[in-house]
Amino acid sequence: MPELILPARLQGIEQVRSFRAPARLDYQFTAGLATTRFLRAVAEKRLVGQRCPKCQKVYVPPRGACPTDGVPTEEEVELAHSGTVTTFCVVNVQFYGQVMELPYVSALILLDGSDIPIMHLIQEVPYDQVHMGMRVEAVWVPDDELGPTLESIKYFRPNGEPDADWETYKDNV
Amino acid sequence: MGKERVAVVGIGQTKHQATYDGSIATLVREAAERALDDARMGWSDIDAVVIGKAPDFFEGVMMPELYLADALGATGKPMFRVHTAGSVGGSTAIVAQDLIAAGIHERVLTVAFEKQSESEAMWALSLPIPFQPPMHAGAGGYFAPHVRAYIRRSGAPDHIGILVALKDRLNALKNPYAHLHEHGITFESVKDSIMLWDPIRYSETCPSSDGACAMVLTNEKGGDEAAAQGRPPAWVLGTAFRSEPTMFAGRDQVNPRGGQDCARDVYAQAGITDPRRDIDVAEIYVPFSWFEPMWLENLHFAAEGEGWKLVEAGVTQMDGDLPVNCSGGVLSSNPIGASGMLRFAEAAMQVRGQCGEHQIDGVRKALGHAYGGGSQFFAMWVVGTEKP
Repeated sequence: MPELILPARLQGIEQVRSFRAPARLDYQFTAGLATTRFLRAVAEKRLVGQRCPKCQKVYVPPRGACPTDGVPTEEEVELAHSGTVTTFCVVNVQFYGQVMELPYVSALILLDGSDIPIMHLIQEVPYDQVHMGMRVEAVWVPDDELGPTLESIKYFRPNGEPDADWETYKDNV
Repeated sequence: MGKERVAVVGIGQTKHQATYDGSIATLVREAAERALDDARMGWSDIDAVVIGKAPDFFEGVMMPELYLADALGATGKPMFRVHTAGSVGGSTAIVAQDLIAAGIHERVLTVAFEKQSESEAMWALSLPIPFQPPMHAGAGGYFAPHVRAYIRRSGAPDHIGILVALKDRLNALKNPYAHLHEHGITFESVKDSIMLWDPIRYSETCPSSDGACAMVLTNEKGGDEAAAQGRPPAWVLGTAFRSEPTMFAGRDQVNPRGGQDCARDVYAQAGITDPRRDIDVAEIYVPFSWFEPMWLENLHFAAEGEGWKLVEAGVTQMDGDLPVNCSGGVLSSNPIGASGMLRFAEAAMQVRGQCGEHQIDGVRKALGHAYGGGSQFFAMWVVGTEKP
């Protein structure tokens, strides 16, 4: 950067190089029909996906249309609260606004009956025992804390079933 | 269809660093002035400016192109802004070249930047939204599970990620513009660094940088003039971009279809039938070390599941037959919005013989590659010494 040459009357004054100006932005999110139905179901402790009429894939959370076939996904599918860890990482970095205790496991979980994994936490198991193919189940917040958000699921935990076979989830890894 | 040939005749970049002691305007102007000097041009020679950066929310400066128009001499000239997340530096260069290829302009200045010291990129990438849990794991948290998937699918040994990180950081020692100059780095120091997002270690992760990159592109006449004055241009032999949705059932995030198709397209334009043989050097967007073997496969330099073997055999080292990221790459400098353009620019610098200590001898064709978002935006170009 070129040298700043100040007029004589300003010389000797400490220059302001930077200052912190926190920015905040609140906005209204219009969920749309499919996401609204999904979030309302979550508030009732249910997981609802939608099936594409062409490729038969079940999307969760549903977005109202199949990204591959470009057609509306109208058929609703009630999903199990259990699934398979397809892949994951162990997070060991803290940053702004984070409330999690380190390290924690962030995993992609393929809910039974769905065809696309969701990302969620794995707990109630030491982080170094989490592995691909592990079978897990949702742990919900108490009923009076349920709301239209995936935070209504506190985390997933091992459900004790034997590991899923690689062939059953390899197309989602 | 009467497409104009396009030449790269000027390249500039700033010294990438944790905190650039100046404004964003000063940062982009410094890179642009260097590119103009390299092209032996002044501001009045430029017909239009094309600028790119990562999302505005990073620095919290909305539509910064408006504020930067004066600093970039764009007042009264056409100015374009390009948005494609982390791949934006590459896409921006492609838009600039398209304006010349289409015969609309003769000389275009293209600039890309990021000032991470003024931003909260990790936080900006992890906004709370109502249908996702509050995981706040940043880009590393997004990509690490896919790295694990690559390791599982390919059977690659753990030391591959370490080898890539070590190579790129050692290459960076030969590049005065690189952010990280880790003179004491060793295999052991990378291996012993903390797992930030297991399986990604701290030393296998890109830094947060302030930096900018700029290029002057011209039509064939401008390229010929530069060559006649003893400043050989890099000729653009092909450009391509592709994107794919972030989420669809069965999406392959280890070897995304968008990247495969983009590479086939750019190779076909550049007359490349065997990329491993025909490309002399590649600058590939590798923000986490494991993405080198992953992209070697996506870019058809290796068969699926075999990319790590090229790394292990030293093929991508500076003395290998396919040197990758001689500049030190994104792993050594990551001014996000500029990182893609730096890949494109470094490819052109290799063709023009401008790389100094990290120059590879006799480069005739080079690949510049960028990706962004959740591995959903891809931008590539092939540049060469010979006119297309």
